[in-house]
Amino acid sequence: MLVNSIEKGIVIDHITAGLGAKILEYLDIDLANNTVAFIMNASSKKHGKKDIVKIQNVIDVNLDVLGLIEPNATVNIIENGQIIKKIELQVPERVTNVIKCKNPRCVTSVEINAPHIFHLIDAENREYRCEYCDEIVCMKGDY
Amino acid sequence: MLKGRDLLEPMDFSIKELEDMFDLADRIIEDPAKYVHACDGKLLATLFYEPSTRTRFSFEAAMLRLGGQVIGFSEPNSSSVAKGESIADTIKTVACYADLAVMRHPKEGAPKVAAHSTEMPVINAGDGGHQHPTQTLTDLLTIRRTLNGFDNITVGCCGDLKFGRTVHSLIKALSRYKNVKFVLISPEELRIPDYVRKEILMKNGIEFEEVRSFQEALPKLDVLYMTRVQKERFFNEEDYIRLKDTYILDKSKMKLAKEKMIVLHPLPRVNEIAVEVDEDPRAMYFVQAKNGMFVRMALIMSLLGIEG
Ligand SMILES: [Zn+2]
Repeated sequence: MLVNSIEKGIVIDHITAGLGAKILEYLDIDLANNTVAFIMNASSKKHGKKDIVKIQNVIDVNLDVLGLIEPNATVNIIENGQIIKKIELQVPERVTNVIKCKNPRCVTSVEINAPHIFHLIDAENREYRCEYCDEIVCMKGDY
Repeated sequence: MLKGRDLLEPMDFSIKELEDMFDLADRIIEDPAKYVHACDGKLLATLFYEPSTRTRFSFEAAMLRLGGQVIGFSEPNSSSVAKGESIADTIKTVACYADLAVMRHPKEGAPKVAAHSTEMPVINAGDGGHQHPTQTLTDLLTIRRTLNGFDNITVGCCGDLKFGRTVHSLIKALSRYKNVKFVLISPEELRIPDYVRKEILMKNGIEFEEVRSFQEALPKLDVLYMTRVQKERFFNEEDYIRLKDTYILDKSKMKLAKEKMIVLHPLPRVNEIAVEVDEDPRAMYFVQAKNGMFVRMALIMSLLGIEG
């Protein structure tokens, strides 16, 4: 089955069950023109259940997005059917235009061209502060 | 050196930079005549997206007293903003004419968007409920001039501590000095928000207490910072009626205070300080308003890199 092996591309494994859809949404992959396999609730030795995302022929994805949403996932780069590289994810210090500020009083709600910038203030809880209004969002929660 | 910098929040400047600016403000207060041509040929733009006559007058008076000129708008309806121009485009255009800009905006972070879009110095004159750094400079200068500094003082903040941005900024700014203690006086419903308690006070190991009784707190204080308690902040009429007189500073309560304590208020007041207190030499709120203009003069000179 295609989902089991890809010749070339990226496999994002060990995603906490339920977060796969969110990752796909934030990664902004063109679903119409890429072959993407999305496995929900696969069995996992470590966590019981996990999600897996495989994207064919795409090697560079936004690692900041992955680190932001699911830093515990593993990222494997596949070439010729082999894992050629494993990437360690990191909780990013600063993210631009990935999350949007939800504070209705924030200037980003009216200034459409202002980049949405967030700064990490607490890595353990994945808390971020809006560059403009200082609103704090927790990416560990249901953002 | 503050030349070319922005002032978006009180912590943008180091203690040393603030001290230099307050020294300049002191020199201006001593001899204002010496500075009447300090900003000759310079132009300040006041971009007020919401009205605030008091703050705008303070900035305009500051620039005019330095010999500079002022352009600007005081309500967005009469400007290109009404046509939907972005903040970034407005500030870039203004930068073609002016040497520095002051911005008041209802949205939080708006002056930062402006500052990111231009090399010209931008001063935040209030962005929603977020920051009002020149009010904090005013408060700090007044404390420094009357108490000769900030170390070892006990500051009481009274009133609406939940929504009072001036109190949050002042606590943040004073938390950098040695042995500053706080007594936070408010009704239960209007206590200081968690982020101030945890991120500023507890994180920096600052001694503070939260009390309900105004009378009990008064004798300990070197500074009493009063703010408005608005009726609409209360959950019910009963609580309002029960509490409304508790936090009104009057002559009899002033008897409980230290002889050298100073009373500050960002103004305008409603009824939280009885008019009879005005004649008490410890009432500093109108002096504070005047200091606001002088500290803005020092700020304008500093950001323009004009030696004083
Ligand atoms: Zn924001």
